[in-house]
Amino acid sequence: MAAEVLTLGKALNLGLRRALERDAKVVIMGEDVGKLGGVFRITDGLQKDFGEDRVIDTPLAESGIIGTAIGLALRGYRPVCEIQFDGFVYPAYDQIVSQVAKMHYRSRGLVRLPIVIRIPFGGGIGAVEHHSESPEAYFAHTPGLKVVTCSNPADGYTMIQQAIASDDPIVFLEPKRRYWEKGEVDAEAPAFPLHSSRVTRPGADVTVVAYGPMVRTALDAATAAGEDGRQLDVIDLRSLSPLDLSPVYDSVRRTGRCVVVHEAPSNVGLGAEIAARVTEECFYSLESPVLRVTGFDTPYPAARVEEEYLPDLDRVLDAVDRTYGW
Amino acid sequence: MRLIREFEEHCLEKALAGTIVGGIHPYIGQEAVAVGVSACLRADDVITSTHRGHGHVLAKGADPARALAELYGASTGLNRGRGGSMHAADVSLGIYGANGIVGAGAPIAVGAAWAARRAGRDDRVAVAFFGDGALSQGVVLEAFNMAALWSLPVLFVCENNGYATSLPVDRGLAGDPVTRAAGFGLTAEAVDGMDVEAVAEAAGRAVDACRAGAGPHFLECATYRFHGHHTVEHLMGTKYRDDDEVAGAWSRDPLTRQRDRLTPEAAAEVDTEIAVLIAEAEAFASSSPGSDPGDALDYLYAGLVPARPGA
Ligand SMILES: Cc1ncc(C[n+]2csc(CCOP(=O)(O)OP(=O)(O)O)c2C)c(N)n1
Ligand SMILES: [Mg+2]
Repeated sequence: MAAEVLTLGKALNLGLRRALERDAKVVIMGEDVGKLGGVFRITDGLQKDFGEDRVIDTPLAESGIIGTAIGLALRGYRPVCEIQFDGFVYPAYDQIVSQVAKMHYRSRGLVRLPIVIRIPFGGGIGAVEHHSESPEAYFAHTPGLKVVTCSNPADGYTMIQQAIASDDPIVFLEPKRRYWEKGEVDAEAPAFPLHSSRVTRPGADVTVVAYGPMVRTALDAATAAGEDGRQLDVIDLRSLSPLDLSPVYDSVRRTGRCVVVHEAPSNVGLGAEIAARVTEECFYSLESPVLRVTGFDTPYPAARVEEEYLPDLDRVLDAVDRTYGW
Repeated sequence: MRLIREFEEHCLEKALAGTIVGGIHPYIGQEAVAVGVSACLRADDVITSTHRGHGHVLAKGADPARALAELYGASTGLNRGRGGSMHAADVSLGIYGANGIVGAGAPIAVGAAWAARRAGRDDRVAVAFFGDGALSQGVVLEAFNMAALWSLPVLFVCENNGYATSLPVDRGLAGDPVTRAAGFGLTAEAVDGMDVEAVAEAAGRAVDACRAGAGPHFLECATYRFHGHHTVEHLMGTKYRDDDEVAGAWSRDPLTRQRDRLTPEAAAEVDTEIAVLIAEAEAFASSSPGSDPGDALDYLYAGLVPARPGA
């Protein structure tokens, strides 16, 4: 396949298709994923082509979906579970945290759970409560789970396949507001390791760390900053657990300034962990404290005011400016 | 029923026009359930509702103007604009909230009934409305068990509209709801949910029995939603039901059925009265001030702990 321009949604769909083709043990399960193709149509057409046995419309039961996926995985399947929206994962939280995360460790590696839990996450689509949350820290805080997120179609296509091929349970977060954004997908391009972060736009002045939906925001900020003569080094984390921060340390040792951007609230969020580690590793290089640009420490607000809540280009640029204020 | 129907038609239009941000789950077609059950309730009874909750909330007595204002995100709304379509509530009227999480209202109703029992007031009934899809949620079954175990005055009302989003009920649910509920020790029956008088009759018996201390009851109301699961389906042109099936359901419209039981004059009177109410609600809601993003950090806690603005 030559390079194609696809939306993130279509790229994920294609990645899932490849995984179903490659391994008969891969099954997709979730609410409305079959006939309807999922509420975001990420599994569109897959049931038609692979059958009701491989792409399964489950009852409305998140805890049951993840719990039965564990049983399937114990008997050799590779379940890919879709949670319809971020805010509906909590009924399954117990199965994820108490069962999925612990079995490999508890069995000293005898038990493997190659389960992928796909969750559309984050805001920005004008949705109502429970449909715009950023629950990544809950999962990243849980030892035994891996957590990744893609920011663009090329990564969506490869990362979903890598996640399915992985023998560890992976929470796979999809930035729903970016589902319709297009980018080039080249099936032949060499894949980066799943748990690696990447510099997506090099720059010498300020390190900006982002992931998922905020990578686009950070890149836009970098373009704007560039026009003012400031070069931002934008790093897409891609993996939230484990974190791959060596590229961040390398960058901060050069720039001396670091801004972390996420949609989730700041309190005990990923940004705090990154700031702590960057401070430990790069203390003598830092010209200012590591700053965070995040959502507010409140429940996600009503859709009407979400633009006030979501970090945007101006808030990122403001933080970049503030790193020069020390 | 007419109020709910017109309210929902109005909301449908406003959701598709973008005035109601985030859309709605229209209750159109299911009105007989909310109205038939609520007709048996007193002001000191409580209800918990669902994502498709406008009908329950209005039937329990919420002010249509403040309900509409809530959907518009206005500071005059039932929740001062913070709850929106899926979380409209008015605790003073016993409306413990519509609820965006499927199944979540059931144990809340059980808790309210438990409080009534502890106060020696079994005559105060709690009603949990939920859909057929909610019967697949563990929390609903936990609620059944606790209600039956403690013999609490709860009425569980399952609105079986045949689908959970796109999933037909026979692909989502093993066995039948009444047998399932009976297995938990609930007194259970099924009723035609497209006939408001049949619903009121069955709910009346159940509520009276609850008040008399006979323990929890379960009512399965067979109904149908005439529109898409959510207004986004109107925009996407989603299709998973036969046109014939939908048309057949319209021919059982609970409003037409009830209208046939009224004199034409009485029916016309209701229509006029409702048209005025909807016009007043629209005038109130559209002239109300929107909610102020500046108060976003308020009301996180009851105590005087200011929310952190984040970074
Ligand atoms: C725990 C949870 N999972 C998924 C959803 C998404 N969702 C909203 S409504 C719905 C279907 C509900 O079906 P049913 O209970 O039959 O009610 P109906 O929509 O038919 O009124 C789904 C899957 C949700 N709101 N909560
Ligand atoms: Mg239903």
